[in-house]
Formats: sequence, C-alpha cells, structure tokens
Amino acid sequence: MKITFDWLQDHLKTNFKEKHLLEQLTNVGLEVESVESLSAENQLFKVAKIIKTEKHPNADRLKVCDVNIGEKELKKVVCGAANAKEGLITIYAPPGATIPKTKTKLVIAKIRGVTSYGMLCSESELNLSNESEGITELSTKYEKSIGKSFFSKSKSNLIDLSITPNRPDCLGVRGIARDLAASGFGKLLELKEKKIKSKTKQNLKIKINKEKDQGCTAFGSCLITNVKNTESPQWLKDKLISVGQKPISAIVDITNYVMLDINRPLHAYDADKIEKGIIVRNSNSGEEFTALDNKNYKLEKGMCVISDKKGVLGLGGIIGGTRSGTELDTKNILLESAYFEPRSIRNTAKKLNLDTDAKFRFERGIDPLSIEAGLNKAALLIKEICGGDISKIDIQKIETYKSKIVKFDTNLFEKISGFKISTKKMIKILEDLGFKCKKEKKYLNLIIPSWRPDISQEIDIVEELVRISGFDKIKIIAPIKERTKSTLNQKQKLFHFLQRAIASKGYLEVITWSFTDGNYNDHFKQTKKEIKIINPISSELGVLRNSIFSNLIMYISKNLDRGFKDLSIFEIGPVFTGSSPGEQITVVCGLSAGKKSRLSWIDKERNIDVFDVKRDVVQTLIEAGYNSDKFLIDDKTPNYYHPGKSGRIFLNKDKDKVAAYFGEIHPNILKKIDIKTDNLIGFEIFLEHLKLPKKTLNDQKSKFTTSGFQKSERDFAFVVNKDVKAQDLINAISSVDQKLISNIKVFDVYEGENIPNNQKSIAISVTIQSSEKTLNDNDLEKINNSIIATVENKTGAKIRS
Amino acid sequence: MSDLKKIRDEFISKLESKLNLPEINQIKSDLFGKNGLISSQFKKIGTIVESERKKFASDLNVIKDELQDLINSKINEVENAEINKKLEKEKIDITLPERPFVRGKIHPVSQTIDEISSIFSEIGFSVEEGPDVENEYNNFTALNTPDNHPARDLHDTFYLDEKKQKLLRTHTSPVQIRTMQKDKPPFKIIAPGRTYRSDSDQTHAPMFHQVEGLHIDKNINMGHLKGCLDYFIKEFFEVNKIKMRFRPSHFPFTEPSAEVDIGYEIKDEKIIIGEGNQWLEILGCGMVHPNVLKNVKVDPTKFQGYAFGIGIDRLAMLKYGINDLRAFFDCDYRWLNHFGFDPLDVPTNYRGLSR
Repeated sequence: MKITFDWLQDHLKTNFKEKHLLEQLTNVGLEVESVESLSAENQLFKVAKIIKTEKHPNADRLKVCDVNIGEKELKKVVCGAANAKEGLITIYAPPGATIPKTKTKLVIAKIRGVTSYGMLCSESELNLSNESEGITELSTKYEKSIGKSFFSKSKSNLIDLSITPNRPDCLGVRGIARDLAASGFGKLLELKEKKIKSKTKQNLKIKINKEKDQGCTAFGSCLITNVKNTESPQWLKDKLISVGQKPISAIVDITNYVMLDINRPLHAYDADKIEKGIIVRNSNSGEEFTALDNKNYKLEKGMCVISDKKGVLGLGGIIGGTRSGTELDTKNILLESAYFEPRSIRNTAKKLNLDTDAKFRFERGIDPLSIEAGLNKAALLIKEICGGDISKIDIQKIETYKSKIVKFDTNLFEKISGFKISTKKMIKILEDLGFKCKKEKKYLNLIIPSWRPDISQEIDIVEELVRISGFDKIKIIAPIKERTKSTLNQKQKLFHFLQRAIASKGYLEVITWSFTDGNYNDHFKQTKKEIKIINPISSELGVLRNSIFSNLIMYISKNLDRGFKDLSIFEIGPVFTGSSPGEQITVVCGLSAGKKSRLSWIDKERNIDVFDVKRDVVQTLIEAGYNSDKFLIDDKTPNYYHPGKSGRIFLNKDKDKVAAYFGEIHPNILKKIDIKTDNLIGFEIFLEHLKLPKKTLNDQKSKFTTSGFQKSERDFAFVVNKDVKAQDLINAISSVDQKLISNIKVFDVYEGENIPNNQKSIAISVTIQSSEKTLNDNDLEKINNSIIATVENKTGAKIRS
Repeated sequence: MSDLKKIRDEFISKLESKLNLPEINQIKSDLFGKNGLISSQFKKIGTIVESERKKFASDLNVIKDELQDLINSKINEVENAEINKKLEKEKIDITLPERPFVRGKIHPVSQTIDEISSIFSEIGFSVEEGPDVENEYNNFTALNTPDNHPARDLHDTFYLDEKKQKLLRTHTSPVQIRTMQKDKPPFKIIAPGRTYRSDSDQTHAPMFHQVEGLHIDKNINMGHLKGCLDYFIKEFFEVNKIKMRFRPSHFPFTEPSAEVDIGYEIKDEKIIIGEGNQWLEILGCGMVHPNVLKNVKVDPTKFQGYAFGIGIDRLAMLKYGINDLRAFFDCDYRWLNHFGFDPLDVPTNYRGLSR
C-alpha cells in the first residue's frame, strides 16, 4: 500500500513531522517497507511525443525515434519497444535521470552505432505498474502537457507500507489515518460526507440470484447519465501519480481514487452496453468472457459473475469485462459498489490464476457498510468533473450486515501482555479505532467496527490494545535458568555425535536440498517410490531424494570441475521413503573421490579405497558406543555399489537391521554421469537402524580387570578356499576359548605362487593370556591344537606347515 | 715394584690409548674375569702373611676401584662418541613438509543449530523434531490458517499431490502442533529444522532453516516472551547489550504477533550487531492463538504462552559475516573450508559458544 504524508493529511490533523510518521507507522504494525523521494529528481521525466520513427540501421528490433520534448529541437532516442510509433505520447527520461525501478542513471550512449539522447520509459520502469511490455502510452489529452514534467511537484515522499492480510481497512488511506490517530499521532478528521440528492430512480434492474454459495450479498449502484469523460483535473492526477498510479481518464481515476482513499472498490459500466439489467449469479460451466486485461476466460461452474441478458459482463469483485467497459466516449455510466464474500473471491481468483487490486481487497474483506459512502463520493466527483445527472442509489441485498459483538474481560489484557493500562485508557483506544464500548462491571461490551473483519474474539481486542499502547510497554521478564528435562533425547544426541564423528575423520559437512534431479535419483532409489513435487522450481529439483548420494555426486562433480581432486564430503539429513508425513529416515551419507595421499617426498601415492571408508564407518560406530566385537559384516549391498567392493554392517549377529553400507560406487553410474574421477567411495549410516542402548555407556562397561600373567602370541597361516572370508576364520578362533584368547589379528593375505589357484593363505596372530595363571607349554600346545582343529573343521582350511 | 703396582701401571697405560668397545671389554675381562689379574689377586689375599695382609687388601681395593672407574668412564666415552657419530649422520631437513592431515568441517548451519540449542538448553527448553513432509492440516489449518486465508499466499508452498494435502513444510510451526498433540502442557520446546518455499533468488533459497520456539504454561505472558528473546539474542551474538525492537505484525497462529528487529550498523564494511540506527528483522513471534490451543485440545482459559520462529541461516549469516544465502547450499569446497567449523568446536556454555 503506497501513501504520502500529504494524502494522509486529508484525514489526519497532526503537527508531527514525516520522520515521526515513519516510526509511528511501524510502531502500530503498519510496516514501512520503503520511502522513496518522488520530488526533484523525478521532475526530469517529461511528457513527450514521438514525431518520427525509423528502423535502426544496424539492428532489426530497434528504432530511432525523433522525440518532441517541448524544446525547439527534436531529440534522437533509440528505442526497442514494439509500440513506439509516430504520434505516440509517452514519457521521456533525459541523460542524467535515474530510472526509478532499476536505479540506473542514464547517460548519452551509442547504441549499435547510433547515439541515443535519453530513453522512453515503460510503466514498470517508472514504478507506475508492472507493465513492462512496451513504453508508456499516454492519452491524447496529454498533448498540451508535452515538455512538462510528468510527475507532480509534490514534495511528499512515497511511503510503501506492507499491510498484513488481517488489515484490509488499512488498504485505504483513511484506515491508516485512524490507526495513527488512535496511537496519539493526531486527530482523525470527520468526513463531511455529501450525499447524492436526486429525484430520478435508478431504472436499470439489478438482481442478485439467491442461490447456494452466492458470492455477492449486496449490490449498490447508481446511474450517471450524460457524462463527458475527460482528463482528470490536475489535483487528481497529482494525487494518483504521487502514489505511483498512472492517470487514465476521469472516470477511471475517480474510482481508483475512492478505492485508495477509503478502500472501497467500485466498478463503472457503460450503461448503454448492458442488455436489460444486471443479474448477479453463479456462472455456468464453460461460460466465457473477455476481461479488461484483454484475456479470454473460460469459467467453471459456481463463480460469482455480473451478467446481463447476453451473458457474462465481469467477475464480481475481481475484474470487469471489455463488453461493458467505459471508454472516452461513454455517455451513461452504471456505478457499482458491492460486497463480495472473501471466500468466493479467493476460490475464483485461484482457479483462474487472476490477481487484481480489487481481488486483493475483496478477499481480505471490504467494509460491507461502505457501499453508499463509496457511491456518494465517486458519483459526486464524476458529476463535478464530467457533468451529468446522478440517479438515486439502488441497493439490492440478500443478507443484512449484523454488527459483531465481543464481551471483553478487561483482566485478560494484563494476563496476556504482562502490563497494565486503565479501563479508561482501553475505552479511549477502542473508541478511537471505531469500536462502540459499553462498560459492564469488569467487562466491556464492544461493537466491532464494520471495517474490521479480523476481529471476532477477546484476544483480538488484546492485540489492538497492545499494538496501540506500544510494544515497548511490555516489561522484560528474565528467563529462569532451570532445566527439568534433558535438552536432547538419545536419538538427537546420537545425531549430533555421528555428525561430528564423521567430520573429525576428514569429511566436510555439506547441506544440500531435500529434493534432487530425478535422473540422478533413479540411480539410487532402488525399489523406493519416486516422490514428485507438483510445482518444483525447476525440473532438476523435481523429486524428493530417495538417497543423499544423488546430490553428493552432483556437488562432488561440481567441485572436481573447480579443479579439486581429492574430496570427502558428507551430509546428515532426511531421505524420503514415501510421500506421507513420517515416511523419511535420517541418513549419514559420505562420499570421497581421488587419492588418500598424493605423491610427496615422504609417502607413496594411493587412491582412497574401501578400507579407508570402512575404517571411517566402523570407527564412527565404535565412537558412538557400539561394540565392534559384535559387528557382523557381509557383502550384500544395493546395486549402486560395486558388487565386489562393498559391504554392509550389522551391529550384531542377528542381522536385524543394516546399520551401514560402504563401498565403491558402481562403475556404471560413474560412466553414465560423466564425472571427472575414476574413484568414488561412499557410505551410508542409517540413524534409525542404530539401536539406542538402554544403558548408558558407563553402565555398559564391564568391571575393570587386568591380568598380570604372561601373555604369548602365536601365529597361524591357513590355506582356505577363496570364497571363505577372513571373518569366518576370526569367528572360528574366537569361539575356541574366549577367556584365553584376547586378541586376533589378520596380518597377511596371500594368493599366488605355492598356493593352489582357487585358494588363498591367511595369516593370523592370536594373543593368548590367562587371568588366573601363567600358561605352561602344555597349556599353550593344547590351545594351539584346538585353534587349528576348530578352524579346519569350521572353514575347511588347512594349516600351512 | 709390587705386582699390584705393575698391573696397575700397565693397564692404566693400556687404557689411555684409543680403544674401541670390544678392546675395552677385553681389558675388563683380563682384569676382572674369572681368572682375571685382579680377580686372582683377591684369591691370593688368604695366602699373604698376617702382618701384610691388611695393607695388601687395602691396596688391592684401591687399584680395583681405580681401574674399574677408568674402564667405566672409557666405555661411556666410546658409547657417547658412537651416539654422536650416529646423530651426525641422522641430521634431517626439518623444514620439509609434515605428513598431510585432512581436516573435516562442520557446516555453519549445523554449528549455529548447536549454538541455539545450547542457549535454550540453559533456560530449560528441550529439542523436538517434526517431519519435512507435512499434511495440509498441521502446516496451515491447525495453525489457524484455513484454506481461504490470504496468509497462505505468503507461503509459496511445494505440494506433493494434486489435492494439495501433502506438502513440504513451509515453516517449523507444525512441530508445535505435533508436540502439543502428543503430550500434555506445560510445553517448553525448540524445534530446529529444514523448511521449504518455492522461492528462489539472491536472498531466497527453496530450502532454508528455522527454529521454532514454544512455551506454554499457566501464566506465560508477553513479558516472558520478550525476556526469552532478549536473553537469546544477547547470548547468541555474545554481547552484553542489544538494541531490540518489537513491531506489531500478524501471523494467523499467534496473537498478539510481533516481528523483532535488532539494531545494527556497518563499520568498515562489517556488520556490528547491537549498535547503530539501522534495524534488521530477525524473527517473528507472538502469543499462541487460542484457536491453535483449541485445535490441539489445550484449554486456552487455563494455559497460554508464546511461540517464535527464527531464520537460522539468517542468524548464521549475521554472526559469521556470510553474504550470500545461496552459498550455504552450494557445497563449494573453498566456502566449506572457509566458513566451516572444526568438529572439536562443540558450542558449550562453559567454554563459550564460539572462539
């Protein structure tokens, strides 16, 4: 909502300065978005006429225009607008002027070899509207203004307010003035409302159909006959221009003025184009009409339309139609001032994807009692400027407005706000805002002003009182430093632990979108359902991610393109398994590319490999408190991993839920996505699959004991079939005697010479120690034999002699 | 000259020449071995006549000690010489680079979330979470934002179905609903997390982070709200004084509602929080609307309290001087290294939030 201090003063008597105004607006909840000076600088923009256009010699789409700016000589201006043609009156900006929208300062410039002195401006460049197609077109009425400044000389700044959706009343200057007055910023001026005095009846028949979901509950109108539409007088043009609106013609300008002044949207029809009266009704499916934006709309069933015998004239409260629109030669006008239900307006506008000023206001709620005031104000102005005769006002309604009443417990104010104001003060504030107050014991009986659809219960009254009293009155109550519940639950603690555990192993944490490119996602989604976003910002971000890998690969690839070679990144975040709330799991996903060490004076070069990543995962799980002795690792992994170089980890031998996967990314995927590395190793840890221990780490620990007796280390080399896993041998050995065997370590794996083709040799060192005695040769021999026998028996291995 | 003196002189002179370790050991064994010269002399003591025995034994001991000390010091000398010789050879160029160490980093948003949690932990808030995918009811309707409410237009919502029943949450406020539905009052929670709006330009990302706060109890009023936020802002920016402004605003799910600005100024191209005449909006808040409490079956005549929503990315940008929101999600290795935090820097109260 754009206003000026000048315009405010039509409604508000105040001695304060503009600087205070800006503060006060913000203090009462009317946020000042920006303040723009429209003075001095804008005097440079002149009304100008194109005298001649020629095609630019070096560019097909450009024209060279000779422009009359009221000086002796014509200015040469290069212009790319399609509508730049001879005779057009438009707005010219000379070199040195700053374009309001882009804030760029114009200079004399050569455009494709032709020197251009200034620029012809579009409405959007001047912040007059969003119209950026072509340059501004002014009516022929501006002929006599050529060379004069387009903007008025008003010294008032343009103040742009961000009005919250609950305050339709502040979409009119008067509403803003009322709030300011209530807050002590001045006095709200009484409106000296003149009324239409007429003996003629409004003889065009208006009917609101009583049907289900009728979106119009009241339709007021009057006829103005024998008008002469003309250019608006200077005061009106200045007023509109001062808030960034483009004057069009008196009738349009007047309806706009009334709308901006008291938030009362009106619509003017050419009465002669209406066939036998107006019917307000629900549309039929498939009905069509051409709206004032020159677009054709096909309607669905049940939209609120203004129609005549021939069909739809317009969408009530949203947009009028071209068939009955007023033009410069319009003689007889039907002026409409109606009430449309916000819900109906919203539904229709949403379905047709239409956004207009009227729609914006009606969907927030227009004062249902402003119908007459709007007609009076506008009709009398039209008569004053365009002449003609006004009929009596006709109001059709299917519902009568009943004022809302709230019984307000004055104690509630302090209970919510934490500070006190007297009942007298409350009454003063509320009356200034337009409430009618009656005190009854500790209650106030309040009649809500008709322009405040946002108020319906006690808490709304508290808000009004706090807002107008000032939020600075609220006293700070310092928080108490007391904790009765632990801040994080076990799962959250684990989340934070894993996050930092992985980062401490050399991975940079990234945060990527929860959505991803469907093509990338396909590589990793397995059997999961693809979850499409209906309205993505781009097709590359069209689906919710089924895995974090797709994003990590994309970003690894981007970093490789930046010239980095050795990269390790990870993300901890959601992965989606379905499109319903809760169908998501938390995954820690890491991805590494390149080398563990580059060639250096001290180390040999080698690629990051599966066992680096396995260490990161296993170590992280150990750090998180899981016992690695219980881990079970096998090689069954999803198909986006290299089938031979990947594994999965269970936290225990029950193979309950997979705690993590790790391994090389499948070479086929690397090939398909054309990434600048031949080495991508990743892992996924599934937070929800990590069983949260019932006992604390401290309670899980066994009693601290050490053995003072001698330990001995024995080495064994077994020859086994290739498909036997090292883990099988370790399991076999540890099963022999857990009391005596304290450590088992694989120290060599060998295939090749001296070993049969389908076999391999695994060398294992076993530490044997008793907590009860020193083992003698005999004891050791017994365990040795037992280890060999068990391994041979369980795995088919043979001890190497 | 007695035998003893002869032995002594002979070996002293031997030991004075340059010897290596085996040679010294040879001498040692010649003298003190089983049948060494000195050892044999000791065996002789018994055969010496009584009158001379005492002197003989005394002389022998003196010579023994003298020779032993000499041998030991000789061994020491040789060993030291050898170590020195070895050290001479072992001299390396210590300016050569060390073995590389790859540092991991924590993303500034994660770090900021930890800082926020740490601050609110002190004053008794616990952390709640909710799903990223929400239903229309929790995200809007339960929060007093019915279907025809124009406030919905302010949320550019990503939808997952044509009926617009499933969506990506546009704020963390649905966690309020979930928390109050599953438990009984009082409630004192924060809920950090991802939020989504279909909006993408220099200052908007389609995904960003918010932290929701909710405190519902018997007598929680706007003074508590102000106190809580005043405390939080000061702690977060690690300053003693903060200029803070509550501005009336409107959110369907709180009433009265406010937006909170903090004062700042730009000095040497750096933003200084808490001073100056400029205002910067950092959060929205208000007293939870009675309709919201009714929707989750909490009696608004018995319980009341406040809620707030803070943009985490925005806070991180302000505190750590990050200019571009989009960079948070761009995963540029250089950016992550520059703005990331060491995993050992866990924000805590006793060590301070940041270094």
